[in-house]
Amino acid sequence: MSEKKAFNTMHDRNMQHMNLLQRITKPLTITGTYLFLFAMALIILFPFYWMIISSLKTLAEYREAVPTFWPRAMIFSNYAEAFSTGNLGRLFLNTAYVGVVSTILSLVITVLTAFALARLEFKGKNALFAALLATMMIPGELFTITNYQTVINFKWMDTYTVLIVPFLVSVFYIYLLRQNFMQIPNELYLAAKVDGTSDLKYLIKVMVPLALPTLISITILKMMGAWNSYVWPNLVTKKDEMQLITNGLRNAFNDTSGNTNYPVQMAAVTLVSAPLFLVFLFLRKYIMSGVSRSGIKG
Amino acid sequence: MVDSKHQWKAWLYLAPAIVLLLVFTVWPIINTVRLAFLNNYNSLTAVNQEEVVTFAVGIENFKTVLRYDGFLTALKNTALLTVITVPLSTLLALLIAVALNSIKPLQKFLQTIFFLPYVTNSIAIGMVFAAMFNVVGNFKIPRLVSTYGLVNNIIMFFGGDPINWINAGSGYWANMFVLIFYIIWNALPFKILVLLGGLQSVNKQYYEAAKVDSTPRWRVFTKITVPLLSPMIAYVVITGFIGGFKEYSSIVGIFGNTMGAPGNEGALNTIVGMIYDVLPKQDYGLASAAALILFAIIFVVTMINMQVSKKRVHY
Repeated sequence: MSEKKAFNTMHDRNMQHMNLLQRITKPLTITGTYLFLFAMALIILFPFYWMIISSLKTLAEYREAVPTFWPRAMIFSNYAEAFSTGNLGRLFLNTAYVGVVSTILSLVITVLTAFALARLEFKGKNALFAALLATMMIPGELFTITNYQTVINFKWMDTYTVLIVPFLVSVFYIYLLRQNFMQIPNELYLAAKVDGTSDLKYLIKVMVPLALPTLISITILKMMGAWNSYVWPNLVTKKDEMQLITNGLRNAFNDTSGNTNYPVQMAAVTLVSAPLFLVFLFLRKYIMSGVSRSGIKG
Repeated sequence: MVDSKHQWKAWLYLAPAIVLLLVFTVWPIINTVRLAFLNNYNSLTAVNQEEVVTFAVGIENFKTVLRYDGFLTALKNTALLTVITVPLSTLLALLIAVALNSIKPLQKFLQTIFFLPYVTNSIAIGMVFAAMFNVVGNFKIPRLVSTYGLVNNIIMFFGGDPINWINAGSGYWANMFVLIFYIIWNALPFKILVLLGGLQSVNKQYYEAAKVDSTPRWRVFTKITVPLLSPMIAYVVITGFIGGFKEYSSIVGIFGNTMGAPGNEGALNTIVGMIYDVLPKQDYGLASAAALILFAIIFVVTMINMQVSKKRVHY
């Protein structure tokens, strides 16, 4: 009996010892974790901070030997200058037009294709789906070469068509939406068939609303893609007024000689970045869930 | 159920996608292979003459690409950037994800901050990085420098010497450092998102068991967290390698279309950059051969990655 008691007190003492150790180390690890995360967050945020404050400085203040971390006087005229230097107004409209039209068309095509692959019966369905997935392995650069040749032959250079049509079909979006459609119980479809509902009506009235979150994710990713696209528009547009926003930004401020008017350049960069940030603030959930399934940027 | 009327309707739904895919995906695959194996194919010679020009079939284009001086530079740059940035960004993302997973207050807030680089335009923010590393004035003559730029100011504040990062006369590794820094910064959000998602779905029981055994933190990390997360780690490493070999726009963002510091144009070119250099010259044969080589590299690297992860991933 006394032996057991002795063991118990020893055990208690051990536990107390452990608790004491834990009481010391736990706050330390938590503090360490937060410090690490805050330091990392600072590195992530700093370029944005620097972009914004630089865009508000005068050129003289920007070029001072020791940089200021808050502008002495906020100069908003940099934004006006950036807007006119880069012809940004026209390019904003171009990008918005290309983004909206290609997103709408792309959504229609994706919904129709995903529906056929998920619900309709036809010969060669599985083979077609496998072939589609196989194309996802090939790097896009490989398509670009022939597509460049093709759009020259079609005389599409310097049109909106060339910026919209070649990228309307995304196998990845079709795949994403098909998976979503497959989760909708088949009974709903059969019930609708019994009621005499047409396929198209069923698709629009039942499936599209049920798959709305996926469709929103696709919309945002597609818009982001249009906003960030650089390579293709750079290849197929020779006229400045047909380019997209990123091209205008890079080409208007392509001087790396060291004497660039950085405040104006940073104002332009801020203007180009702002819309994406706003979209992100409001639709964070959809963007993050879409991205985690994609692994591709834009 | 499957009657011919139904079939016909299904193909109607598929028609728009199939037509576009045939023109812009299937044809390019066939054509790229065709052009790559037509010796010295160049559309200027193909189109400008009245009579049909025929090209011999052979591997001349591949030989030209491999002998081409710029290709080796591009291959070296691409491989170096990938091999350095993928492990570093994966490790950093893993540490951040584990840290984020272990806290409660501010978790959502910090998670949002860490995702921010993803929703930026990689060319636009590349220009911001360039501004932070840029020296205004002539680096060689200190009298003519008006500011050494933010990063150099920080280095000088701690008593170091300013470095010529990206301006005329800057060294290869100074350029590479800026690129590596930027690429990692840019690669973190996606990796953190995937890894944190993985961590949040890990069964808590393993950690409870470790707690009972009072296993040290480091052992918990290496023996529990990493193995349980290994499918996600494999996923971000594989996509990281694929993205790394296609690196292009981060370099355009920082150095501009010239793909190098002033006076050293093309020094930082990548394989994709090389393809885009050749395209406007309409050297389609060369571009196709280069694209096929890129595809082969990505394919082989992905296969190796898969083999390695097959052995090491615990599902």
